[in-house]
Amino acid sequence: MALENDPIERSAADIARDVNAGTISASEVVEGTLAHVDAVDARVGAYLTILHDAARERAANVDARVRSGERLPLAGVPLAVKDNMCLTATRTTCGSRILEHWIAPYTATAVARMLEAGCVPIGKTNLDEFAMGSSCENSALGITRNPYDLSRVPGGSSGGSAAAVAAREAAIGLGSDTGGSIREPGAFCNLIGFKPTYGRISRYGLIAFASSLDQIGPLTRTVEDAALAYDAMAGHDPMDATSIDRPVEPAAASLRRDLHGLRIGLVREFDTEKLGPDVDKAYDRAYAELKALGADLVEVSLPTADYGLATYYLIAPAECSSNLSRFDGVRYGLRVDADDVQAMYERTRAAGFGSEVKRRILIGTHALSSGYYDAYYVRAQKARTLIARDFETAFASCDLIACPAASSPAFAFNAKSDPYSMYMMDYYTIPMSLAGLPALSVPCGWVTPAGGVEPMPLGLQLCAPLFAEPLLLGAAHAYERATMHAVKHLPLVVSGARA
Amino acid sequence: MTVSYEAVIGIECHVELKTATKMFCGCPNEFGGEPNTKVCPVCLGMPGALPVPNRVAIEHMIRAGLAFGAEIPAFSKFDRKNYFYPDMPKDYQISQYDMPLTLGGTVKYWLEDGTMKTCRLTRIHLEEDTGKSSHAGSGDGRIAGSAYSLVDFNRAGVPLMECVSEPEIHSAVEAVAYLEALRLTLLQLGVSDVKMEEGSLRCDANVSIRLHGAAELGTKTEIKNMNSFRSVHRAIESEIARQTALLESGGRIVQETRGWDEVRGETHSMRSKEQAHDYRYFPDPDLVPMEPLAGAVERVTASIPELPWRRFERFTAEYGINPKQATQLVATGALATYFDRVVELTKRPQQVTNFVLGDLSRLANESGVPIAQSKVLPEALAELIALLEAKTINSKIAKDLLERMWAEGGSPASLVDSLGLAQTSDVGVIEKFVDDAIAANPKVVADYRAGKSNVAGFLVGQIMKASSGKADPALVKDLLLKKLA
Ligand SMILES: [Zn+2]
Repeated sequence: MALENDPIERSAADIARDVNAGTISASEVVEGTLAHVDAVDARVGAYLTILHDAARERAANVDARVRSGERLPLAGVPLAVKDNMCLTATRTTCGSRILEHWIAPYTATAVARMLEAGCVPIGKTNLDEFAMGSSCENSALGITRNPYDLSRVPGGSSGGSAAAVAAREAAIGLGSDTGGSIREPGAFCNLIGFKPTYGRISRYGLIAFASSLDQIGPLTRTVEDAALAYDAMAGHDPMDATSIDRPVEPAAASLRRDLHGLRIGLVREFDTEKLGPDVDKAYDRAYAELKALGADLVEVSLPTADYGLATYYLIAPAECSSNLSRFDGVRYGLRVDADDVQAMYERTRAAGFGSEVKRRILIGTHALSSGYYDAYYVRAQKARTLIARDFETAFASCDLIACPAASSPAFAFNAKSDPYSMYMMDYYTIPMSLAGLPALSVPCGWVTPAGGVEPMPLGLQLCAPLFAEPLLLGAAHAYERATMHAVKHLPLVVSGARA
Repeated sequence: MTVSYEAVIGIECHVELKTATKMFCGCPNEFGGEPNTKVCPVCLGMPGALPVPNRVAIEHMIRAGLAFGAEIPAFSKFDRKNYFYPDMPKDYQISQYDMPLTLGGTVKYWLEDGTMKTCRLTRIHLEEDTGKSSHAGSGDGRIAGSAYSLVDFNRAGVPLMECVSEPEIHSAVEAVAYLEALRLTLLQLGVSDVKMEEGSLRCDANVSIRLHGAAELGTKTEIKNMNSFRSVHRAIESEIARQTALLESGGRIVQETRGWDEVRGETHSMRSKEQAHDYRYFPDPDLVPMEPLAGAVERVTASIPELPWRRFERFTAEYGINPKQATQLVATGALATYFDRVVELTKRPQQVTNFVLGDLSRLANESGVPIAQSKVLPEALAELIALLEAKTINSKIAKDLLERMWAEGGSPASLVDSLGLAQTSDVGVIEKFVDDAIAANPKVVADYRAGKSNVAGFLVGQIMKASSGKADPALVKDLLLKKLA
């Protein structure tokens, strides 16, 4: 059970309240967190870079601001930042050899807003290289383990941030979600993994994987914390032409206690039987819990959602093939010298990129090639439009959609060695990404997977219409509070440390 | 039998737009500077940096499009042109592929004899400029044999208008006239400095030849490295001659890029292995399509001045100004406007032309102050011309007055009054000057009477001088000849 008085157990909301009230300083919170990180991260591997000095400096700064009378919504909250977001004067690697030693010269807007709100950056977290993967196993720079079972993956690509928050090495983790990269690790690590509407949070300073899909969002242990993080980051940024210029309704004020009056759609085509009998039953129980909270369960149809995976694996690689061109050895990052520039490009990129990144660059380059562009890229864009339209139709008869957040609970290392079975992990999250919709994963139960000994968390995915983040977070809060699934088990690294 | 060939030329221009900042970031858009001092994460293509379009550049494009009579579609977008090049920070260029900001359009230009010509535009689109590479260690600055290369990104991300003409130009003279009209138009629209020497105007020419009357185009070569209008002229002439000689000797033109060598006065092959590039264009997902162009079109339309070619046509056809002078008058927008205003006030276009291109241009050159910004206001010049027409002053006085007006401003009529410069037509007064001159120059008078009639001019000069230039010269001459007879 959660240990209410242990500082590292406290939610971001609690920490901010206490720091603002002066009952604890940001520096104390951060010292406690750093000590814990130093104790457990060798086993978890959440962080690629731990920012001891920067964190202490920042905490002192927060304390000074609080002393001078400022009230900060996230005062003193320890923050884990996925290592594909720039933080000035800090190594930002994308989990890749090609950026292994690159120091970012500026700070991403989303990160800057979190810092402005009072967060203290504890470190930069591991990820699948350039956010391409669903297990963190594609990182070239380290292994991250699931805090609930160290023999299993934390999910990906935001696996480091998820593991950090689950292991209490930070209160909020920033992730980026392109096809499920926040929601799936959220589900694997017993967290809220929240991807807002595309364009709600600036991408400036987020190293692009697929620009039209990438979206920053928080990984937290409570919905309230996700709402606070969202409120701090959401809103137009003049540095990002795709960020949406329309007012943000604060989500933290919209948290609700029940689901009365909400119609929640269950997707006819998302057959949960293939998830296996235990998982299947767990989701059936979760849907029943929604109903018990007052929601009307309705069946909706997403006839084209099944094309999501194929559509995604044309659009995302196409964009990535172009986005990753700049890693050429000329201006920054790895350079493997050669006699001429062409050979330098080839040797640098051959040495700098891992195999999954290369695979996607090749797929994307092919999909954009003359002669194939219409058959692949253009048709994928059409399919994307149809998928978005299906959601629009579905939302005419429901307020939210509920479905699994991942195709399985966290799996063991090397269990998904062929790319396709790994891609399948995002089967339930990709359609929402293609439609740009806000969606989150909320803990909804536990199963002990075949061959495993530890109970592993499952995530329920809730998805809302565009810009309906307050409704989405409000409903997730009601579900979380009523069910309390998340607090039924502590991660081993935390409970073990106390045993 | 001699065959005769027709040249077919298309011109591709890159024009850097005049904006305060670069196309997609806040760095200054200025020529020169220490290498890599006008850069930021965006124009260096740093990981995570994103482009935000410069609205002024988009308006400049619409301004240019409207000036050339192009269609401004309601929807436009940016695309990525993907290829690896060290001076291109992202290894793709943000450009426009199938939905540029303007569609079609025509450049009207004129030849020295006043003939108007037109050349249709294939496309005008907006893109970002690249950086500049330099190569060290090879002695001649070329990449071959160099030890290392340096890249300056100050220019990277400068807004660049690409303007491609149809192959409708048929001589080097026409090509230069086309470029001149294009340059003048863009300059007077305020969208670019169009300075070839600073690279804000760069052009390549596609040149082919075919038998006169042939329908099919010949194989073209692309000529690069032309650094002035003069080199454009020379390069095209030289290339036409090369192709003609080649065909006449039974040779075959190879499609290739050729560089112009200013010193040797000839083109040379630059790239023979023309590999077809696959640029993998696709819509830039970092930028949203541009839709709200309608308001911009209205706003921009209102700000477009009368174009040089239209002025040229008006000045030659309506005012009867000769093409050479008309070309000089339309060279700057402000001068043409000044000229127009004085003509409007005086209805004497040729006389205004003479003043503007004569004394006023000289004064402008000497002082470095453009005529339109000088102290000689159009109203004052009109007044001066009226005084001359009314014979209140003579042309000598007018010249002196203009000098004074240039230095001090003011109205010529009041100057004439206050300085007592009005022309004297009083026969009694002038007769006195004439008599005095005859009396003072007996030898000249004798010469005249001996048949040297040309010495009368000397006496006229003496009389004018004695009258401080105020005597009516016609009356002086009349009286003098009568008295000498
Ligand atoms: Zn810049």
